[in-house]
Amino acid sequence: MSAVAATTTTGEPLLRVEGLAKAFGGIRAVQGVDLAVARGELRCLIGPNGAGKSTLFALLAGLEQPDAGRILFEGEDVTRMSPFRRVRRGICLKFQTTRIYRGLTMGENLTLARGRRRGASSNGRLEWALGALGLARESGRPAGELSHSHQQWLEICLALATEPRLLLLDEPTAGMTPEETALTADFVVRLADGGITVLVVEHDMAFVRHVARGVTVLHYGKVFADGTFEQIEANHEVRRIYLGEE
Amino acid sequence: MTEDRPSALSRLNGPQDLGRGPVFWTAFGVVSAALLAFPLVGSPFYLSNLAAFFLYVPMGLGLCLVWGYGGILSFGQAAFFGIGGYLYGVIAQNLAPMPAASLLGLLGAVAGSVLVAALFGYFVFYGQVSAWIIPLLTLVLSLILETFMGQTAGYQWRVGHVLLGGYNGMTGIPSITVGPLEFGGASVALYLLAVAMLLLAYVGLRLFVNSHLGYVVVGIRDDAERTRMLGYDVARTQVVIFALAAGLASLSGVLYVSWGNYVNPSSMGLYAATLPVIWTAVGGRSSLLAVLVSTIALKWLADTLAVRGGEYAFLIMGALLLGTMLFFPLGIVVSLARSWRRRRSVPAGRPEAGRGAGDRRSP
Repeated sequence: MSAVAATTTTGEPLLRVEGLAKAFGGIRAVQGVDLAVARGELRCLIGPNGAGKSTLFALLAGLEQPDAGRILFEGEDVTRMSPFRRVRRGICLKFQTTRIYRGLTMGENLTLARGRRRGASSNGRLEWALGALGLARESGRPAGELSHSHQQWLEICLALATEPRLLLLDEPTAGMTPEETALTADFVVRLADGGITVLVVEHDMAFVRHVARGVTVLHYGKVFADGTFEQIEANHEVRRIYLGEE
Repeated sequence: MTEDRPSALSRLNGPQDLGRGPVFWTAFGVVSAALLAFPLVGSPFYLSNLAAFFLYVPMGLGLCLVWGYGGILSFGQAAFFGIGGYLYGVIAQNLAPMPAASLLGLLGAVAGSVLVAALFGYFVFYGQVSAWIIPLLTLVLSLILETFMGQTAGYQWRVGHVLLGGYNGMTGIPSITVGPLEFGGASVALYLLAVAMLLLAYVGLRLFVNSHLGYVVVGIRDDAERTRMLGYDVARTQVVIFALAAGLASLSGVLYVSWGNYVNPSSMGLYAATLPVIWTAVGGRSSLLAVLVSTIALKWLADTLAVRGGEYAFLIMGALLLGTMLFFPLGIVVSLARSWRRRRSVPAGRPEAGRGAGDRRSP
């Protein structure tokens, strides 16, 4: 499925971003990003360091306020909505660095993440995820003692526990071995196939290749290119700015 | 996965405080029974002194909740202690002949303090004031109230027929009275009331910190942004615990006034504002039990020092705080409890009680 086709064929996209801009002092981290993400889509955001990927995520999650532009989620303007309200609407961010509660056990982390949403409405996705990632047996361990990859996966599960409809994954495979990266990529694909819309910021091209869905390239705070993985990989300009080819 | 909805009993025994299991609860029961039975043998003098120590426990535990569990260092407990005392004085004295005057005073005092704290907290927490500014703001709140009440000498400063009294304070405030029972300074009734409030505050807060909301509070302390990103209204939770702590401080204030029939502005001054912070830091802010013990012990110490030559009490309390911060950053009671547990080499299947708080030096 082509990402470009998806946004044009289905009606209102789940997420629509219009002219989003954010500057920190004199640095214009994001300058006029337009983006549409369809329901059920899985899209990777790539770009060189400083391209504005993490800032864009922070704006989508509400951790930063944009200087200009709009964010529409399911047709509703959430540009000025506080982060916790966006989570309740269904937008959840997995932080780039793991931000688990290291002093609490894994089970306590998940209980806290799940909050009052439990049982009936959760359709077992979280339990499935814990099983698929091999975390189900670690419930009693302090989260700070989990291995690095397990901490990353727990972080994803914390986000999943909020029952998001749009999941923002900021570098989910940072610091993982190739095997763990592949497992994570498979997992993310299955999440998207299960109906969650996923946006992934990822540096690891092995992950992006493995996922092989729509790709958006950011460069200097703007959308530089947009297309399927094959299109992006074949794009000479992208290869020049991102993959470092002359 | 852990149990989603633990019973009240298992929650009371939950991991967010020191002291778990049958041995602890047996000891807790024995000590509580001894405290309640003490009037059978103790002289009125001792009862009165003990009551004067015990009545500060709700205020100390309130700060433990806000600072130790919530990560918000507040010098505002004294302000709410004072607001409670003054409000009680104004209401109870104005309604004096009415049988329910003192109870209405108690209710009004606690409600008023909670309201002021909620309003103050609303601006501070929804305004997302940086964490390091909050100690200063709360200290200023206490000092402003002290300064304001200090200049209320004279006949023009009165509410109803009650004079506020400036630096001399408000005098002649009636003790809490229920029917024929008067909870005055040297009475068994006040002593028992102070013990009951101490136990209630401790058990109630222990249930609270092990509840779902309690975990949210701890989560906010450890990582506020993370908690926000799980869909929690962080500011609202902070307002709730700040107001709860204020309510407990005002309860202490009312008990104090009922004990001494008197309140003055120095109850909101610099020394008074610092004391709860010292109790909490010295005992160990990650544990309600530690703060319960240290509040009583340090109140006793301060009183003893004051009797033996008042001018040094201030210095010694300061030295104690400094010494604790340097040598027992987790607090003395918590450090002792941990080394005792290590010596008994109980297998550490899970992290310690009140986890994490001790590792964070900053407010």
